[in-house]
Amino acid sequence: MKFGVVVFPGSNCDDDVVFALEETLQQEVRKIWHKETSLEGFSTSDCIVVPGGFSYGDYLRAGAIARFAPIMRPLIDFANSGGYVWGICNGFQILCEAQLLPGVLLRNSNQRFICKNVYLKTQTNQSAITATLPKEKPLKIPIAHAEGRYYANETTLNELVANDQILFKYCDLQGKISSEINPNGALLNIAGICNKSRNVFGMMPHPERAADPILGNTDGRLLFDSLLTMDRVEVRNG
Amino acid sequence: MKYIAEINIMPHTELLDPQGKTVANNMKNIGVHGIEDVRIGKHIVLKLEAQDEKEALQKVHQACEKLLANVIMETFTYAIRNEIELPSVHV
Repeated sequence: MKFGVVVFPGSNCDDDVVFALEETLQQEVRKIWHKETSLEGFSTSDCIVVPGGFSYGDYLRAGAIARFAPIMRPLIDFANSGGYVWGICNGFQILCEAQLLPGVLLRNSNQRFICKNVYLKTQTNQSAITATLPKEKPLKIPIAHAEGRYYANETTLNELVANDQILFKYCDLQGKISSEINPNGALLNIAGICNKSRNVFGMMPHPERAADPILGNTDGRLLFDSLLTMDRVEVRNG
Repeated sequence: MKYIAEINIMPHTELLDPQGKTVANNMKNIGVHGIEDVRIGKHIVLKLEAQDEKEALQKVHQACEKLLANVIMETFTYAIRNEIELPSVHV
């Protein structure tokens, strides 16, 4: 498995993701400029990360303009062919705008940009990035966003629940999920989801900012470890 | 023909609009009382070239649907007019 990291004008977490993958996890990574028109060299066993930042200055709506960048057409084809696509923060917003993931991210209910560590409770092990995560122990991973209030209509929300597509919910240190601990007003405390085919992931928290010991927190690394473990299992099972 | 389109994009009424709420809560600070609700959206003005009004409307609708609004969270309305005339069509 190798990784691609898409870079839009205004992306600012691309280097963080590259560092986590290349330096911390010793993986092969290539940056992909948004004007590229193919994902040549990548196969569907690879993973393309859409990183955080402020693509196109968040003009109009977060992710709205990046969604039509030239790289998005091959990226959508890649996702529809079963390749792993992982959107983090602004990347999650872009994948929602591109309708690779259902719903939308609205302005935080308290109207503020929130930058802090939060706790996440893993909701399912049925996805490559959550397969090996503990379901009881909350993970401490930072968020940094102004538009993170996940919203979808009732039908979509019911589908997410029925199909086990909710990956993470905001919780407290003890793992309790409540509206009091919800940092941004997201419906059902949703912090991350996957698509129905379970190969496209989106999450507001930043695991790449909690992957290296020098950062004092390595809970985020567990998600990358899970993905790499699942990749080895898939390769073994051929 | 050149047309001017005036587009209004508003958050769905059932959605919390924290920006509007903050503005509403602060009206009393400027001595304006009795404001019950504020909702904030976007107003976009487009200038476009089209063969006729029908084509202009189609273009504006497509622009709203594909890019300017996200219908999961917003509704849009628009009116177009010939660049030199007064507003003629409301949708």
